Amino acid sequence: MKPSEAQIWAWLDDVPDPEIPVISVVDLGIVRGVAWEGDTLEVAVTPTYSGCPATGVISMDIETALRDRGVDDLRIKTQISPPWTTDWLSDKGRAKLVDYGIAPPRAAGGPDSCPRCKSKAVTRISQFGSTPCKAQWRCTDCLEPFDYFKCI
Amino acid sequence: MAQVDQAQLLEFLCRMGDNTLVLGHRVSEWCGHAPVLEEDIALANIALDLIGQTQMWLGLAAEVEGKGRNADDLAMLRDVWDFRNVLLVEQPNGDFGQTILRQFLFDSWHLAMLTGLTTSTNTEIAAIAAKSVKEVQYHVERSAETVIALGDGTAESHDRMQAALDLLWPYVGEMFVPDAVDDAMAAAGVAPDLGALRARFDAEVSTVLRAATLTPPEGGFAHKGGKTGFQHSEHLGHMLTQMQWLQRAYPGAEW
Repeated sequence: MKPSEAQIWAWLDDVPDPEIPVISVVDLGIVRGVAWEGDTLEVAVTPTYSGCPATGVISMDIETALRDRGVDDLRIKTQISPPWTTDWLSDKGRAKLVDYGIAPPRAAGGPDSCPRCKSKAVTRISQFGSTPCKAQWRCTDCLEPFDYFKCI
Repeated sequence: MAQVDQAQLLEFLCRMGDNTLVLGHRVSEWCGHAPVLEEDIALANIALDLIGQTQMWLGLAAEVEGKGRNADDLAMLRDVWDFRNVLLVEQPNGDFGQTILRQFLFDSWHLAMLTGLTTSTNTEIAAIAAKSVKEVQYHVERSAETVIALGDGTAESHDRMQAALDLLWPYVGEMFVPDAVDDAMAAAGVAPDLGALRARFDAEVSTVLRAATLTPPEGGFAHKGGKTGFQHSEHLGHMLTQMQWLQRAYPGAEW
């Protein structure tokens, strides 16, 4: 029996992002669709940044997770339109980012507060960070640098 | 709307993909060498974005060509005379200031071009542009800020930036002088009119240069021959010997 699409979504919500393992690929908003085409399961995945090296690993992780649960006939489709936006991060994912020490994206273009000490006194170090999706910020109260998941 | 000639469309896609490929490789040459860690990380990230965009442009180019080649084949197995990038992006990195100024001039053109391409009549081109434009907004924000910081910095940094501008400004013209391919793309609504982009470029670039206390050299001379493939500068061949070495020495190697 073919697993339902809801079941597939639930399984994919257990696949961690390889760079930020506290959130799932579903939390990140990069799984754009799950659909059965006859006996073939088609999963549409969109890259965060066009050159993000994690994209290949993510597709492989999704494939492995589904094969482990018995879905052998599957196709991963890369979809670039509409382009990924940080608006697609789930609320659950945003909360987990904060717990992990990464400030979630905000329309204002910068973090609301330091994810460690919650101070509002924060300043930007660089718009580019350890992965394409992050910027480097610093808290001027606790003096710790931290990652900010930048808006795109 | 005029019908699109497939050979001209292929030419246009190679120009877009070769610009991002050659500049992406040039910028990646800084990895591990930039003056401070944050700049090293920023340069590597920008190079990565450009290479990612290259995969989309050259992937589409290979499809349009229809000869069974893919983006990697186009990037790694063509020789200098088949590259269609503008001369600006193949120029050597020079010092950090020269790299940043080259980036700023390219980013400013790139942002205007991609913005125009988001409404392309070719839906695949519009999709690639919509994806890329979000990344390039961050590129130009940083390169403009850094040009101002260095131009309006110390006497030493100012002089180096002015020298970089004197050297690179004559490469700006090629990005805007249309040829038959550009005219055909504009007529078919595939790409924006280059002349119209120039006005936006001039307005934005002159604001930044003024803030950076830098003055473009007089005269409208433009080095040309890159995007038509007529005559690349000597530098591109040297770059390709490094970039393509592995695929040339071990054809089909994967890891």
